[in-house]
Amino acid sequence: MAAPEDPSHIQIADTSADPDDTSTNDPSNITNRVTRLSGSTDTAASFQIEKEDHTLGNALRYIIMKNPDVEFCGYSIPHPSEDKMNIRIQTYDNVSAESVLDKALQDLMDMCDVIEEKFREAREEHQNKMEE
Amino acid sequence: MTVPGAEELARRKRLQVGPETVSNQASTDFPGHWPGENHEWNLDHFRENLKVQFYSTPPPDPLRPDVENTDPALDLTFSLIGVDTAIANAFRRILIAEVPTVAIETVFMLQNTSIIQDEVLSHRLGLIPLHGSRDGLRWMKWRNKPAEGGEEEPPSDYNCAQFTLEVDCSWQEGGKDRMRQGETDPNKLYVNHSVYAKDMVWVPIGKQHQLFKDDPIRAANPDILIAKMRPGQQIKLMMHAFKGVGKDHTKFSPVATASYRLMPAIDILKPITGADAKKFARCFPKGVIKLEKVSPEDAQKDPELQGKEGEAKAVVHDPMRDTVSRECLRHAEFKDKVRLGRIRDHFIFKIESTGQWNSDELFLESVRLLKIKALRVKRGLAEMT
Repeated sequence: MAAPEDPSHIQIADTSADPDDTSTNDPSNITNRVTRLSGSTDTAASFQIEKEDHTLGNALRYIIMKNPDVEFCGYSIPHPSEDKMNIRIQTYDNVSAESVLDKALQDLMDMCDVIEEKFREAREEHQNKMEE
Repeated sequence: MTVPGAEELARRKRLQVGPETVSNQASTDFPGHWPGENHEWNLDHFRENLKVQFYSTPPPDPLRPDVENTDPALDLTFSLIGVDTAIANAFRRILIAEVPTVAIETVFMLQNTSIIQDEVLSHRLGLIPLHGSRDGLRWMKWRNKPAEGGEEEPPSDYNCAQFTLEVDCSWQEGGKDRMRQGETDPNKLYVNHSVYAKDMVWVPIGKQHQLFKDDPIRAANPDILIAKMRPGQQIKLMMHAFKGVGKDHTKFSPVATASYRLMPAIDILKPITGADAKKFARCFPKGVIKLEKVSPEDAQKDPELQGKEGEAKAVVHDPMRDTVSRECLRHAEFKDKVRLGRIRDHFIFKIESTGQWNSDELFLESVRLLKIKALRVKRGLAEMT
């Protein structure tokens, strides 16, 4: 292991190269690669999402199953050493599987907003009560 | 479209706990499961049914009743009511594995003559939870992973916190004499024989001077014992702390643990009175069952209670304290008199923070990260060819 005697070798950030600009530092600036697996049709498709696991997989499965246009939805992680998640969607009545997935992601985001709002409300109420 | 009544909905939400079995586990609130009912995702409906409940006196943990809730900011219990398991579990998983924290990642050993090996010492240092200005820690960035075969991003003020640890163990004045007289207490013999987390010295770099001016980066718990030494031994090292996530290494996990359990439910179907009531109360942890006197009105209303005025009657007082041990189901006298279960959508979260962030901040962060996950996939879907 390198043993630098002088700790001052640490470089001080150059303010002209503002770290706030480097896009990969913000998790919301990353895009997950999504691919459509072979054999998919418009209404019965499997999607592969990279760098996701059960956390999003199961939540997404739940919310897709809440859609009445969906005949079947399931997810799997084909191999534990690969950071990939497959999700299968089959729909009724010529509804596009892709649009179903898109709607589900939007619903999930809206749901997170509601949970955050309710949590903040309850926390504030609780803090006020404790102060009394 | 038919709408199920409140009683039917309560029944569907309940997991039945029998002596050997758990039934009605799976949620059924999906379109097409119940004929004629609408279970389509509806945000307003979700908003109406969602409830977050904090507790003014922290409820005791039934599994560790002797442990007092210490700091409610770092050890938070609250209920999230009205979400599916898939969602609650996503928050729990994100809390453990994906909320970033700063932890020691690289140790430069300059001198280590203690009996604890370099690699073991480094590992121990990595596990020490750090603490400091929230704004500063939020401002700190990831250290970008090197491209294949490329160089690592150099440590800078925006991605690295630097510490030193320099401890020499020596004899106290007159320590050797005391030892000859048979003194064995190290506190009376040596100086610096125990190395604690508070001995780590933070070396601010660049902009960190401003950002951590009032709240420097330090160990969250100053009294963590890192190593023990004897006179003549020395530890001298330098450390770099970076931002990381729990799925990479547990030392980056912001929580000691984040867990939930479902709200227990106990229904007494037929009155349990007298000596049986006392025995029934003993089947549960303290405070779950309360004994009440049978009042004349009770006796009038319930034929089973007739002539039992003034006797003790078992009443459910606080099911949240229950462990659902099923002890009461083992006794013949309570057969068909009690039904145990859990409420499927009532999650009692317990978030035990290691000290870098408060538990409520962590939960909000997990909600934000789930939203970001969805956003990233949504963007990926739009770019899909």
